[in-house]
Amino acid sequence: MVKDVFEEEKKTEKEFEPLIVAYCCNWCSYAGADLAGTSRFEYPTNIRIIRIMCTGRVDPTFVLETLRMGADGVLIAGCHPGDCHYQKGNFIMEKRFDYIKKAVNSIGIEPERVRLEWISASEGGKFATLVREMTNKIRQLGPSPFRLIHNPK
Amino acid sequence: MSEEPRIGVFICHCGVNIGGVVNVPEVTEYAKTLPHVTYAEHSLYTCSEAGLTAIKKAIKEYNLNRVVVASCTPRTHEPLFRATCKEAGLNAYLFEMANIREHCSWVHPHEPEKATEKTKDIVRMAIAKAAMLEPQTEPEVEVKDASLVIGAGVAGMTAALSMANQGFKVYLIEKEKEPGGIARRLHKLYPTLADSSEVVDPLTNAVKSHKNIELMTLTTLKDVSGYVGNFNAVLTGSSGDKEINVGTIIVACGAVNYRPPQGLCQYKVYDRVITQEELEGVLYGGTLGKPERIVMIQCVGARKGEIRPSELEAFPKSDSAELLRKILKARKEEGWPYCSKICCMNAIKNAVLVKERSPKTDVVVLFGDLRVYKEYEDFYRKARDLEVRFVRRIEEAAPEITQTPEGKLQVMAYDALSGLEVKFLSDWVVLSTPLRPRKGEVMLARMLKIPIGTDGFLMEAHLKLRPVDTNVDGVFIAGTVSGPKDVPESIISGEAAAAKASILMGNRKVRTEAITAVVDEDLCIGCGLCEEICPYGAPKIENGKSKVREILCRGCGSCAAECPRRAITTRHFGDQQILAQAKALLIPESLKEVGV
Repeated sequence: MVKDVFEEEKKTEKEFEPLIVAYCCNWCSYAGADLAGTSRFEYPTNIRIIRIMCTGRVDPTFVLETLRMGADGVLIAGCHPGDCHYQKGNFIMEKRFDYIKKAVNSIGIEPERVRLEWISASEGGKFATLVREMTNKIRQLGPSPFRLIHNPK
Repeated sequence: MSEEPRIGVFICHCGVNIGGVVNVPEVTEYAKTLPHVTYAEHSLYTCSEAGLTAIKKAIKEYNLNRVVVASCTPRTHEPLFRATCKEAGLNAYLFEMANIREHCSWVHPHEPEKATEKTKDIVRMAIAKAAMLEPQTEPEVEVKDASLVIGAGVAGMTAALSMANQGFKVYLIEKEKEPGGIARRLHKLYPTLADSSEVVDPLTNAVKSHKNIELMTLTTLKDVSGYVGNFNAVLTGSSGDKEINVGTIIVACGAVNYRPPQGLCQYKVYDRVITQEELEGVLYGGTLGKPERIVMIQCVGARKGEIRPSELEAFPKSDSAELLRKILKARKEEGWPYCSKICCMNAIKNAVLVKERSPKTDVVVLFGDLRVYKEYEDFYRKARDLEVRFVRRIEEAAPEITQTPEGKLQVMAYDALSGLEVKFLSDWVVLSTPLRPRKGEVMLARMLKIPIGTDGFLMEAHLKLRPVDTNVDGVFIAGTVSGPKDVPESIISGEAAAAKASILMGNRKVRTEAITAVVDEDLCIGCGLCEEICPYGAPKIENGKSKVREILCRGCGSCAAECPRRAITTRHFGDQQILAQAKALLIPESLKEVGV
């Protein structure tokens, strides 16, 4: 059945394959992505995960820099509020995220390309769904304008 | 480091787990073409003895100064490969892992070509990070050979005794007058029906008389500072404040038996609606009498989650509308989603005790799910043999309790098998309520900097792999403070926490993770934002410059991201190390420029 879903998706998919960079915190979201693997939840191949210790580590310039280098989307994923391994790193990130969105918008990139999500170590299914959803959304938006600079083909 | 990176790449097939999807030889050939890569190979199982030996051999033979292993998740295998690098004389922090199993082959089994391309990307990103890695030394600190145990329940006393018997000084504090915790208030323990005092009294006597244990009752923790090996704790009690210096801390301050608010299941509305804890009092106070029937209701205030509509479909149509209304009402009631796991056995224990005292009493247990495991199953059968009746009710519809003119209680619930109403006339209604986290725990957790989970209990460092550790080095948890446990489990966790603390105190020295924040003093303007944001109080402004006390720093990197001058970075997760991965992914030809 899973295979059918995949075949279905293959038919509808266009030429464009988005590339999404995910900054995942070591304790929750990276582990959640691990669980998606252990549970064999399939999702599109468009995501590349960079492991960080905490979402609090994500400097706003990381997001802007990643977009500038041509990523079609950026996902920041951390622990649920209250579950942070470092007590409040995810809250610090959440506060920052408001102006990250504004900054992204001001350089002419659709803010939907950047997402902040909470995924716990037990939410493998949620991670897979999120990647699927985000890939589809960005596929609709088309390639990032910056991507064309670095990768004209 | 001026040395040119010489990276060895080791790609694992993991049997068919990776090799069955990803074209591993192709990825290996690709890796060989990348800048900085001196050597690349693939093997069936890199984590096997042969695989590890091959890594060590290659490090020597090719004079490698960085190692990348592309296999499974670093969350389980990084320590093994780091140790291997160390054995071959390479600093453990010059190792990087590429997760091509959990994050690739396992999630893309039907797209081998795309998965192979993704694997190449992941390997390239790991190579970029590896090229940027620098050797790190883990800071070493002395450990004071004394411990503070908070809470003198079964778990706390067990932990204290275990450490004291190994020769360590233990300060055991208890906020109540007498040690013993929840177990002291119980009369019998399941499944042996042994007196609770058989467990509690010997422990209490032992901790009171042990020469290495200083027991302080009516005492609480007021403040704590310091770090692993060297905590300064201020205790406050009836005789004023006392300051102690300890190397480790064990938190064993327990949980509380939940008392429902007035009105939930008619609790405190009718006198004869009581909790299991109160039933024990009634049983031993001799006020039970010879009741005709006792009805027990399980999961009061526990396991209140989402309703699964599919469960409603099986019910007779006429009842379902009424049932739905009741379910919606039940959802509004106070409750927590977790299973407290001890209430089922506790109810069965009390049912058996009632039957033993008064065999003619009809005992009915209304349950949603009954959780009895290992040898407890036999105890459940014993209750069945004694003719205790177990009736499965529809959990989402709260039972309705009313009083009849004759003074009896009528309990109405829905039978889960037939979907029909069932009514019981009863003398007593006993509510099985869950263990709840203490309210005071929040302050304690904040003081010790231990995170609290969504269910309100203290969070262990890893649910499966590190159940008694917290993410604060030198602080451990035991007993019900991290979730409901029965007496044997509390003893196990007490012993485990004591063993963990004793390792630190026995070694006298401890090395902590080298992933910490570093300040570039030339850039720092002393604004103090880092000091403000750090949950651990690691950075301090001294003489107009920020100084990070490594031993307090946990390496989350929030200060590094927040610093307006970019004067702070984290070791092993530096700005350039993180961005190099994104860059190698998005602009592959940039890899040759990367390097330290």
